[in-house]
Amino acid sequence: MTEAPLLRVRGLSHAYGSRIACSAVDVEVWPGEVLAIVGESGSGKSTLLNCISGRMRPGAGEVLYRAKDGREVDLWQASDAQRRLLARTELGMVHQNPRDGLRLGVSAGGNVGERLMAVGARNYGAIRATAAEWLARVEIDVGRIDDLPRTFSGGMQQRLQIARVLVSRPRLVFLDEPTGGLDVSVQARLLDLLRSLSRDLGLASIIVTHDLAVARLLAHRICVMRGGEVVEDGLTDRVLDDPRHPYTQLLVSSVLPP
Amino acid sequence: MTTATAPAGYNFAYLDEGTKRMIRRAILKAIAIPGYQVPFGSREMPLAYGWGTGGMQVTAAVIGASDRLKVIDQGADDTTNAVSIRRFFARTAGVATTERTAEATIIQTRHRIPERPLREGQVLVYQVPMPEPLRFIEPRESETRKMHALVEYGAMHVRLYEDIAAHGRITTAYGYPVLVNGRYVMSPSPIPKFDNPKMDMMPALQLFGAGREKRIYAVPPYTPVRSLDFDDHPFAIERGDQPCALCGSTDTYLDEVVVDDRGGRVFVCSDSDHCGERQEAGRAAPARA
Repeated sequence: MTEAPLLRVRGLSHAYGSRIACSAVDVEVWPGEVLAIVGESGSGKSTLLNCISGRMRPGAGEVLYRAKDGREVDLWQASDAQRRLLARTELGMVHQNPRDGLRLGVSAGGNVGERLMAVGARNYGAIRATAAEWLARVEIDVGRIDDLPRTFSGGMQQRLQIARVLVSRPRLVFLDEPTGGLDVSVQARLLDLLRSLSRDLGLASIIVTHDLAVARLLAHRICVMRGGEVVEDGLTDRVLDDPRHPYTQLLVSSVLPP
Repeated sequence: MTTATAPAGYNFAYLDEGTKRMIRRAILKAIAIPGYQVPFGSREMPLAYGWGTGGMQVTAAVIGASDRLKVIDQGADDTTNAVSIRRFFARTAGVATTERTAEATIIQTRHRIPERPLREGQVLVYQVPMPEPLRFIEPRESETRKMHALVEYGAMHVRLYEDIAAHGRITTAYGYPVLVNGRYVMSPSPIPKFDNPKMDMMPALQLFGAGREKRIYAVPPYTPVRSLDFDDHPFAIERGDQPCALCGSTDTYLDEVVVDDRGGRVFVCSDSDHCGERQEAGRAAPARA
């Protein structure tokens, strides 16, 4: 299962004009692994995530994804068609703001079913049954399958977004601050859900967060970014308990104890 | 039948030859790629947008002196839009016009396909307000073009899914999206879905002109046109369960007409020519009660 990495990022750099957002970043993700990318605002986390999730072309570097058939695809050398096909089947993106990831004018069931219909599902009953099953998995009352997402609470919208992404059984999911903007009890439930889903499905994921507690709970490995560079990476417990880089030490020590 | 000569100062069929050539090039490309929306330099017409400027430009580009033009609006030959466009071409091109579907070589239409089956050699020109079937789900033009290019049509089914989820069946009744030649999803313009099956393998050439949106697309003769649906909710046409009050037809598309101010209403064929022909035939041989 773990003979080869699922995703290899090599020398990825990106600049907005003269402002460098990422410089020569190397990252690897192995099947079933959860990688957290942490760092302060403006450290290049989101730029990195946008580049490796196939949504923004990086200035330089390779993003090599090992597809289901075992071949390694450079997302930015591949055709638009291939990249977009991967993005809606084998990859998934969970946005910080659920409004970016959901169609607010389409019912919850339609939102979950869209990725199924995009790959050719044409049986209404089957699509609806799968949508209902996924709503149950993310702990949304199945009776709300025909309600619009805008009538949902923030936490429910975020869970709906996760269902919408996971329904196509992706192999690698990108999460951008998935718990940002949620209150702590809702955050805890969402983290619980994410942890059990990724374990049950053997899902690999990359989580961008500035919350070290989230990283501690979910991630196997942590990358610490600062000023567009990865300053430290390693196993979660090692990085958080025994930080080596001065910036990581600062980051770890600046977490307020509850 | 009107025959008039074009008034001095106007080119044949109003548009100048350069413009017509440009539109013909767009039409040829549209025919070569069935269902694909070809951008073209839409001109100002002496008519407001939304009244058929796209259809008029297509008609002006394909019409010749020997053509016989029919114009219908909601199936009828005698509504304002139909009358004014028919007179426009009678005056600027001096072509013969007719209300008979069988006699026409070019039929410009808004919202209907004639009931009488069209034959080879006829051209059906549709007036299109909104050519992009994906627009309701994706507002960005750059994105919808990419979706067409990469055959990403899953979103079209989301719209049908929503219909069934809300109403138990597909309630989209007009502008029902179709798949042309197994490749491009196309808006059939706001014709009732009752007319969708007529587009499939039609012997006549179908041209679509959207003046405000500056797009032309086409369905060549004998091209498969399939209405989108679900396996367990197949496409079905709808029709009122009444016969036409004038001709007694039970298989045509009907309009509801209010006849007095006490709530009285009747249903009559929306295709006025077809209805008239049936009434004539009925008078000649009143066999059926």
